[in-house]
Amino acid sequence: MTSTIKPRSREELRQAVEWALNEGTTLDVRGQGSKVVLGKPMVCDQVLDLSGLSGVVDYAPEELVVTLRAGTPISEVEALLAQRNQMLAFEPPDFGPLLGREAGQGTLVGAVMGNLAGPRRLSAGAARDHLLGFSGVNGRGESFKSGGKVMKNVTGYDLSKLLAGSWGTLAVLDQVSVKVLPAPDQTRTLLLLGLDDAAGVRAMCAALGSPHDISGAAHLPGKTALRIEGVAPSVEARLKALRELLIDWDTSMEELSTLESRAFWREVRDVAPLRSASDAVVWKISCPPTEGPVIMARIKALRPSAEAFYDWSGGLIWLALPPGADADHAIVRGAIGERGGHATLIRAPEAVRAAVPVFQPQPAALAALVSRVKESFDPKSLFNPGRMG
Amino acid sequence: MQMPPLDPAILARRGEIVAALRTIVPGEGVIDDLEGMRPYECDALSAYRQMPLVVVLPETVAQVSTILRYCQDNKVKVVPRGAGTSLSGGSMPVGDAILLGLGKFNRMLEIDYANRCARVQPGVTNLGISKAVEHEGFYYAPDPSSQIACSIGGNVAENSGGVHCLKYGLTTNNLLGIEMVLMTGEVVRLGGKHLDSEGYDLLGVMTGSEGLLGVVTEVTVRLLRKPTTARAVLLGFPTEAGAADCVAAVIASGIIPGGMEMMDKEAVKCAEAYVGAGYPLDAEGLLIVELDGPSVEVDHLVDRVAEIARGRGATTVRVSNDEQERVLFWAGRKAAFPAVGQITPDYMCLDGSVPRGRLVEVLAEMREMSKKHRLRVVNVFHAGDGNLHPLILFDANDADELHRAEEFGADILRLCVRVGGVLTGEHGVGIEKRDLMGVQFTEIDLDQQMRLKCAFDPDHLLNPGKVFPQLRRCAELGRVVVHHNKMPFPDIPRF
Repeated sequence: MTSTIKPRSREELRQAVEWALNEGTTLDVRGQGSKVVLGKPMVCDQVLDLSGLSGVVDYAPEELVVTLRAGTPISEVEALLAQRNQMLAFEPPDFGPLLGREAGQGTLVGAVMGNLAGPRRLSAGAARDHLLGFSGVNGRGESFKSGGKVMKNVTGYDLSKLLAGSWGTLAVLDQVSVKVLPAPDQTRTLLLLGLDDAAGVRAMCAALGSPHDISGAAHLPGKTALRIEGVAPSVEARLKALRELLIDWDTSMEELSTLESRAFWREVRDVAPLRSASDAVVWKISCPPTEGPVIMARIKALRPSAEAFYDWSGGLIWLALPPGADADHAIVRGAIGERGGHATLIRAPEAVRAAVPVFQPQPAALAALVSRVKESFDPKSLFNPGRMG
Repeated sequence: MQMPPLDPAILARRGEIVAALRTIVPGEGVIDDLEGMRPYECDALSAYRQMPLVVVLPETVAQVSTILRYCQDNKVKVVPRGAGTSLSGGSMPVGDAILLGLGKFNRMLEIDYANRCARVQPGVTNLGISKAVEHEGFYYAPDPSSQIACSIGGNVAENSGGVHCLKYGLTTNNLLGIEMVLMTGEVVRLGGKHLDSEGYDLLGVMTGSEGLLGVVTEVTVRLLRKPTTARAVLLGFPTEAGAADCVAAVIASGIIPGGMEMMDKEAVKCAEAYVGAGYPLDAEGLLIVELDGPSVEVDHLVDRVAEIARGRGATTVRVSNDEQERVLFWAGRKAAFPAVGQITPDYMCLDGSVPRGRLVEVLAEMREMSKKHRLRVVNVFHAGDGNLHPLILFDANDADELHRAEEFGADILRLCVRVGGVLTGEHGVGIEKRDLMGVQFTEIDLDQQMRLKCAFDPDHLLNPGKVFPQLRRCAELGRVVVHHNKMPFPDIPRF
């Protein structure tokens, strides 16, 4: 069994990496390991466990910034922010149950490393848009930092963007500063019933093109949901205006209360609608919103049993396909084709993830650039080797 | 300001380089006479200027690709340039480098309202995008004050901001994709009309990379629907601390205004004399807070902001009643720089960012520095996001004053870093803050950034002399030192 090394301080973390560099030891870098089954399977000599570097270092609500150590559980951060009516606006999903694990696990830095985002991605951005700065250790065993704690900062390259979504393959972070935002007073949802995929996406795009500040737009089979958040008088006015905007659509409408809305969007965020088929493979497709139904129609033509729902106004397809040795990756990526976008295999057995590209393959020039970027941080490929394929 | 020494071998080959460029870009696209090159000798940081080796204005991506490939093969340096409005010298020419102007890439390629995005060429102006979509009620959110002139390609290079960043983000938060050309001539597309990257977020790294990594040849931006209503509140306070407290209190109460600007007494006086916006001359600190959204929301929030301000001792509270009045409230702020220009031969505009909670302390210390350097300072800033724009007043014809202004500016930026802020919030490092990078970053931090540069441009040919105080060769930076016998087993818990 792989042994584990668990640093307790920034300097111990640096020493651990320096030691790994000197020994030629590869590291499986984890916070709580809640997403270890996501990505290409890895064979590492050693687990580098960051849970010993935990805790909020500084939280200033009026500065809209929280600074915390890399192993801090996301639940701890969310609870702290909730006390001051603030939130992580990018709405990081909890993939636990989808990946066959418990709910409520994982670290905030883990979510940042996957550049995860929930339904509010549409209006508030992804994890990348909220990571203000970090410190960490590169593959040379050097402690370095980038960014800061302020909202506006263009000093040097924006390495925060690069680290967000790098799945732990560039550097091991020990501390991050993350932008937080006020939580909305009210959250309401307008449901349009009975629209097919194409009509549902058209309705969502129409709503997004209105001035009514939609902060969530998802289409599930037979149900199209539009979220409106904010102060009470504004929410009421916008809901009314939105109903008027969509009055000519051949659909009946319902509204969800704040409590119902929170539960509904949590389910969308955590991909709950696809959890029932526990052996299905699950793909995440990012595409231009209007192309969502086109791509899905192509997939359904070849795989009629495919199940799917849309988030991000149609720009995010959560897709479940029957189990198979190659997860139908050629069908999925072929369907995207010239329509633009990419597909990531989020859930599949280890053997399948080993056999097919989990992340979207890139053209040669880009792939070569990406490997030079990787090398510039981690020249000996110590961190999560091969996880991104 | 020291620029890298010119390479005599390149200067000697000038004729040959010009001839080669003429085979790539025909006709007037290559400018090599002094008079023709004169308009390109500086950008908006006009205190520093240098004539380029030659100016080339390509019209197609294929030409850009061929030029860069030629430069890579022949080790010729390249300075990319959009509209030349950089305030940090980001597009200042270098004497032994080709100046690659992208002004001819000025077409809107596609507007896609259903997917709320526009695909444009990099030479299109920032305001040009908003103008092209305003009839449908849309706009492009980042609004740097140079938006009438600055190009979207330059915005990508500088990660430009504006007064609405707190709510709507900087350029990086409003981009969906780019097409770019590497020094090898390879054309790479990052992103598109969809969200998020399939792998490393190179789009995020390119944004704000100040032209050091690649040349952007196409940009896809996110369009937003214009808010239906906007109202501004003018708040005057008897102390700067009162104004700063109010900013913190508004945000702590859960309100994110569309814009929240602060001016000190001197700035108010200048602006009022210049445009007559009706600012209270007795205020030590003036805030302009703009709320935007549906009218019922704006009305609700305007009342709350006014109440918070009164609770913090505001002596002036005025809410704009119509669009004309809102524009008037802003007129003074928008004219603040030229207004200050009326009372001084020259001024230097700085751009540090600080945590909002340190604003008062930073202002007080700046006043002390002002005495020490014997130069006046006027403060205008984006209070909502802690981005300061101190203006140091001086006379450039007086060498001693210029020197003291430079020293004063450097002291202010060091102060910003000391209180937990950064050297530049939106103007970029360029040549202006290059030599101060060591104040914010360690050598290791800078080496890591330079290694990233090497991944894109291993011969340091793109935009030389900018951002990094000292360039180290990529081969040297790439060396990995492994000590096989050192620290075989550090004292860290294992199991």
